[in-house]
Amino acid sequence: MADLMPDMIAGAKFKYVLRLADDQLILGQRLGEWCGHAPTLEEDLALANIGLDLLGQARSLFTYAGEVEGEGRSEDDLAFLRQERDYFNALLMEQPNGDFAVTIVRQLFHAAFMVPFWSAMTGSSDKTLAAVAAKSLKEVEYHLRHCSEWIIRLGDGTEESHVRTQAALDELWGYASELFEMDEVADEMLVTGVGVDAAALKDDWDATVDAVLARATLNRPEDSWSQTGGRSGQHSEHMGHILSDLQYMQRTYPGLSW
Amino acid sequence: MTEKNTPLWEVFIRARNGLSHKHAGSLHAVDAEMALQAARDVYTRRGEGQSVWVVRSSDIVASDPTEKEVMFEPTGSKIYRHPTFYDIPDDVGHM
Repeated sequence: MADLMPDMIAGAKFKYVLRLADDQLILGQRLGEWCGHAPTLEEDLALANIGLDLLGQARSLFTYAGEVEGEGRSEDDLAFLRQERDYFNALLMEQPNGDFAVTIVRQLFHAAFMVPFWSAMTGSSDKTLAAVAAKSLKEVEYHLRHCSEWIIRLGDGTEESHVRTQAALDELWGYASELFEMDEVADEMLVTGVGVDAAALKDDWDATVDAVLARATLNRPEDSWSQTGGRSGQHSEHMGHILSDLQYMQRTYPGLSW
Repeated sequence: MTEKNTPLWEVFIRARNGLSHKHAGSLHAVDAEMALQAARDVYTRRGEGQSVWVVRSSDIVASDPTEKEVMFEPTGSKIYRHPTFYDIPDDVGHM
């Protein structure tokens, strides 16, 4: 019995790292969809930059998840060759780009969470995760700054940009709470000093988002509904479409590489 | 989508400490903060920068190209302004 413990911890850690990787992969994939379609050339590059930051984080995390699992799966195996129900990203990440306001609000929700998350993760007992956190923190701090400035200008801009941004907030608000969920996997990672107490980051997130919304003259939506399921592989109808794009090359030409 | 009055900005980047800021290009942005962010995203993607300046293009005062002869031609005949009349000792090596 005693030797089961390390296995169980390794299993939880694999799942924990995979969730984190999936969040960055799916949101990065969404941002990639803007490439060539953003409102201006400058923002086209900005969104692609953010997407590539997230993809880079996902690569480090997938590689590490494969090592933790110990079954020889590579970053590509994990990113491209799982079924929909085996992806564990939060539902926020897979929501469609919508108009520019939806994309920026989605990114604000993500960045306002990831800044305190990576900041706490730099103190992880797991050296690899602490190192990924230190690198990623600088990236998401910029994402947060970029999105905050956009929200302020959209909210406090024209009548139309204000209406659209408020609508985006109302549409996505219910997906934010999933970020703060804790379950057995997250709890186990927390007590072993590997993971972060996501629930404890809510105050930080609220303060960041409230400050931006106040400057943007936007209203904080009511907490009237919330969506959950991503952490257990239950996705919205959008997920299959993302995966068909994401996985196409590896499914059609197995083992294809650059 | 681009607003007809989104201002143009000139971007200057300093690649390393000790070098001066060099003109890198221009971009459109609604205000200074967004111009700075766009400059970072457009012109420093491959580690080019240590520091970025942005300036409204309309704030730059430029010489008139039609006055080129008056402005610049007179210096062409002032060869004594070039430091080419010094004997440099061999020990100095490359200068």
